[in-house]
Amino acid sequence: MESNNPKSNQNKYLTLSGLEPLVVTPESNFINVGERTNVTGSRKFLRLIKEEKYDEALDVARDQVDGGAQIIDVNMDEGMLDGVYAMTTFLNLIASEPDISRVPIMIDSSKWEIIEAGLKVAQGKCVVNSISLKEGEAEFKRQAKLVKRYGAAVIVMAFDEVGQADTYQRRIDICKRSYDILVNEVKFAPQDIIFDPNIFPVATGMDEHRKNATDFFDATKWIRENLPYANVSGGVSNVSFSFRGNNVVREAINSAFLYHAIKSGMNIGIVNPTMLEVYDEIPKDLLEHVEDVLFDKRDDATERLLDFAETVKGTSKEKEATVLEWREKPIQERITYSLVKGLDTFIIEDIEEIRQTFDRPIEVIEGPLMVGMNVVGDLFGSGKMFLPQVVKSARVMKKAVAYLQPFIEAEKDGKQEFAGKILMATVKGDVHDIGKNIVSVVLACNNYEIVDLGVMVPPEKIIQTAIKEQVDIIGLSGLITPSLDEMVYISKEMERQGLDIPLMIGGATTSRAHSAVKIAPHYNNTVIHVNDASRAVTVVGDLLNKDNSIYKLKIREEYDKFRDQFLSRTRKKEYISIEEARQNKFKIDWETTEITKPNQLGVQVIETLDLNKLVDFIDWSPFFRSWDLHGKYPDILTDEVVGTQATELFADAKKLLQKVLDEKLLKAKAVFGLFEANTVNHDDIEVVKLVETTESLGLDSARPDSDTNNNMSPRAESRGSNENESQTYKFLSLRQQLKKREGKPNFALADFIAPKDNRIQDYMGCFCVTTGFGTKELAEQFEAENDDYNSIMIKALADRLAEAFAEYLHKEVRVKHWGYAQDENLTNDDLIKESYKGIRPAPGYPACPDHLEKKTIWKLLKVEERIGVVLTESLAMWPAASVSGYYFANPEAKYFGLGKITQDQLEDYAKRRGISIEEAEKWLSPNLTD
Amino acid sequence: MSHINEELKKRILVLDGAMGTMLQQYNFTEEDFRGERFKDYPSSLKGNNDLLSLTQPKAIAEIHAKYFEAGADIVETNTFSGTTIAMADYDMEDLVYELNFESAKIAKKVADEFTAREPHKPRFVAGSIGPTNRTASLSPDVNRPEYRAVTFDELRIAYKQQVEALIDGGCDLLLVETIFDTLNAKAALFAIEEVKEDRDIEIPIMVSGTITDASGRTLSGQTVEAFLTSVSHIPLLSVGFNCALGAQQLQPYLQRLAHLTDFYTSAHPNAGLPNAFGEYDESPKEMQGYIESYLKNNLINIIGGCCGTSPAHIKAIAEVASKYSPRTLNTVA
Repeated sequence: MESNNPKSNQNKYLTLSGLEPLVVTPESNFINVGERTNVTGSRKFLRLIKEEKYDEALDVARDQVDGGAQIIDVNMDEGMLDGVYAMTTFLNLIASEPDISRVPIMIDSSKWEIIEAGLKVAQGKCVVNSISLKEGEAEFKRQAKLVKRYGAAVIVMAFDEVGQADTYQRRIDICKRSYDILVNEVKFAPQDIIFDPNIFPVATGMDEHRKNATDFFDATKWIRENLPYANVSGGVSNVSFSFRGNNVVREAINSAFLYHAIKSGMNIGIVNPTMLEVYDEIPKDLLEHVEDVLFDKRDDATERLLDFAETVKGTSKEKEATVLEWREKPIQERITYSLVKGLDTFIIEDIEEIRQTFDRPIEVIEGPLMVGMNVVGDLFGSGKMFLPQVVKSARVMKKAVAYLQPFIEAEKDGKQEFAGKILMATVKGDVHDIGKNIVSVVLACNNYEIVDLGVMVPPEKIIQTAIKEQVDIIGLSGLITPSLDEMVYISKEMERQGLDIPLMIGGATTSRAHSAVKIAPHYNNTVIHVNDASRAVTVVGDLLNKDNSIYKLKIREEYDKFRDQFLSRTRKKEYISIEEARQNKFKIDWETTEITKPNQLGVQVIETLDLNKLVDFIDWSPFFRSWDLHGKYPDILTDEVVGTQATELFADAKKLLQKVLDEKLLKAKAVFGLFEANTVNHDDIEVVKLVETTESLGLDSARPDSDTNNNMSPRAESRGSNENESQTYKFLSLRQQLKKREGKPNFALADFIAPKDNRIQDYMGCFCVTTGFGTKELAEQFEAENDDYNSIMIKALADRLAEAFAEYLHKEVRVKHWGYAQDENLTNDDLIKESYKGIRPAPGYPACPDHLEKKTIWKLLKVEERIGVVLTESLAMWPAASVSGYYFANPEAKYFGLGKITQDQLEDYAKRRGISIEEAEKWLSPNLTD
Repeated sequence: MSHINEELKKRILVLDGAMGTMLQQYNFTEEDFRGERFKDYPSSLKGNNDLLSLTQPKAIAEIHAKYFEAGADIVETNTFSGTTIAMADYDMEDLVYELNFESAKIAKKVADEFTAREPHKPRFVAGSIGPTNRTASLSPDVNRPEYRAVTFDELRIAYKQQVEALIDGGCDLLLVETIFDTLNAKAALFAIEEVKEDRDIEIPIMVSGTITDASGRTLSGQTVEAFLTSVSHIPLLSVGFNCALGAQQLQPYLQRLAHLTDFYTSAHPNAGLPNAFGEYDESPKEMQGYIESYLKNNLINIIGGCCGTSPAHIKAIAEVASKYSPRTLNTVA
């Protein structure tokens, strides 16, 4: 018997808990579930979990909670992850963070064992996402009973043995059946049941999908009216799936759908707040079209919305009519349009027209052009434009300014008023500038004057220029690890010389941690790490604001706090001595392992390779990444958020690539060698180069020279410089020292080569490839044409070609020159996934962060003499589009990350390398424990 | 043993007071703790109070009797540390079944004697299930927040063994108490559900959390409401708080709990907060006054004492409890 006491009804509401309770009452607003801690939905989160960067993964969770998520969904379903381990570890860590664990967890997995692992580590009342009748009643009941016993609520999918419910009737039938089993047989509390009646896309053009939205609304309503106390939830963004690429329409559909779903009784949902327009702010005509579709009001609702969508999409290309239409508009709107769309066809014409209406040409820049660029800046800042579009806008802007330049110069004191002056430089020893150039362009778009000093800029030049030009901010960029130290040095010099200019740090190896821990303490003015171009604009804006003292103080405090946290958290890891690590080395059974003698020992050169051969080997995903478009190729081309932009960028890239191929604008060269090798003293690899036997490989193929056969003799055991004897070189590998779990070895690359004392002859190789010759000239040519877009593009392409060349050459080596994998038959995807046998680690990367190894490769292969690739003082390769590395063929060889090493290995290494400890420290500093 | 439900409808039931405080008065030596049976046991056994059910069963029975005499309706078995996890401190994991079984038997025997004497006031035995000395949702190592000294499954298995022995020994109900980490309690509840299913029985369950300090949260960080939410997934006889705080400090939390739950409520607070010497010195009279405030506010169904309380305290509590009617539930099952 139930009383009417309101208190008792309280217990009939879904109540969840973390450290604090969450009660879902009829008065509660819609409960918003945070969805970013989901490896299937967030690439960033997946990467963090894969790399075990749990601290940063926790930040993702914290951001969700701070951003108002009332529940956080955690999903670790990914093929390459140990889901049970990842779920357990992450939830355990969340439990130690009261600001996150205050909210309930939604344990999301399609694997029961992962769900159960999550339930075993959460003290609060969680939501299991999800169970269903898919595998039959018995399994459903078993899981439901356990969910209840662990004390969780549950999402039940409208899914049964036949399949997913896709009609109104199937939805209510399955939900009713599930409800009855749960409540009557399992004795599950009805308020702890949350139904997910399946949100499917609308406006797909298929008749059977026309009722997808109304069926959902009706089923929701039915559930709320007929299944007492049960709740309804769903993943909203799916509904607008067929409009991916057109965010205006998507956002409108999502929010109209959500509005009606909530009215029908949906009270919980996974919603991406950035993909939601405010219902009241949806333009009335668009809303009408959307609601026609949602409620299937007319037979032609979908066609009408599709047509209408074209008009709001704005990026429609095929319609001549729209092109003409915008040309009819007032001049300012036309200029803005050209800038926003990155169209340069009419810009000169329009600028000339408007110039005649102004007294001074400079006013055209300060007026109409800046008005347009501000629109670009706002759209970019709010995530409605993407980087490649902005760079195209900049190209239009530059063309307009270039056209105006002669008129401005004709005037006496025509000078453009900038919002600020920013010095940009890639530091000494480093040649990588794609990211720096993108940031420069984006800042230039926002009316900052850029003083770009280019690459390999010595500190004195940076400081002198900063003083002379009276710049407002200094931006430093770098990609290779030694650049990190260079930045520390510059910051110290800036302090010593009394500079008082904010310092911005960016580039692939830089990090907030490094900036906070290693740079900020040395410099009195602001030091700030800027990891992407879109943030650069805001940061610079804040730094140059007149009232910037609070902002600067905030940054300083934030970095101080971050540094303290970082330093206290790095102590968490335990390390073992190098001796212990060597004891725990990765052990290959050398008696049984497969060792193949290379078909061609010695050094070979490829003077010129036909670039066409490399096209199929290109891994495009990093290319998109260099433009801040995140996603995996080819999926990225159809990605709901960046798909349109990615497709456009890809078309432009293909166009330029074709030009490069047709006109042979870049040169592909390579040198590689295969040698007898054995490990000595655990961590060193002794390589024997026989008599100098270079074979120049004509255009494409490597031909063995009849004079240089494999059984070269005589052979000298000692290190000799005589070219007619054999020479011994040593590669020094570094060994992991992090304390491992039982049974996990401490790797060093040397583990993959047979030790000398086993008297088994083993082999290894090394290589350098480049596709960089010609890049600089092309980039300069584009820059001269005010075409930063293609200037950046050519560098990004050259980088991809170099990587493709490394992949191509590795394959050639595997199947031909070494020949240990003659039968290999792998697709390009397999190559990208590195599913081949053997590895090709590169110095400066995680398995061997020691850049000094490149010097050994350069000596061994005579890289500079043979193909002209040189090493800078920081050991970056020039041209930048080059790749060097080793070849290991053992089937058990695998990639790993060195991680941190301790003082004992550093000292041992310095001795082996024959350098001072200070010098060794300098080169290995990113890998030393604090 | 469903008739405890009948009693709870009629009156406020009184739980016993501290076992440890009473045992101190016996001044047992290491030899007393060992008794004949463990005289050659390799590790020191003094302080292993649970062991006294085997080596000094008379003293244990005496204490139970004193509490019943003072007016208690329910006594707790001497099994607060009766799990393999807690007994590992004394290398006595193998004795866990016997300890629980014998403790339950001793208490039940005393209870039955009193019930026979006073049939209008039936006496009950609650199997005491402590929190163990490890936490499943907190890391003992601040530098390794992901680490756990004990897992859910380890706790579940240990608790299951304790629960089986307590039931075999004749307990009328189970009391999962002094919960400072809710995940430990959830493992205990999971184990109880397994035993109930395996044996196809019902047994009333009392759950009692511990609010560690004025923050108003459990040691594992949950608020009163979150704690209640996390343990309410299976039907409980009662939910409440014990230990750590005195009756006065506990009242606000009890108030919040009583307001929210449809289960019966319980409290067995300490005799005040410990003084500078770590002793509890709140007098029976003082404690009675604070508890009367619970009663006036209709907060309680089961009331007793924890650390520092004696038969005198229980007598005072029983006296005042008899003057009030029990807290009424929102739902009458």
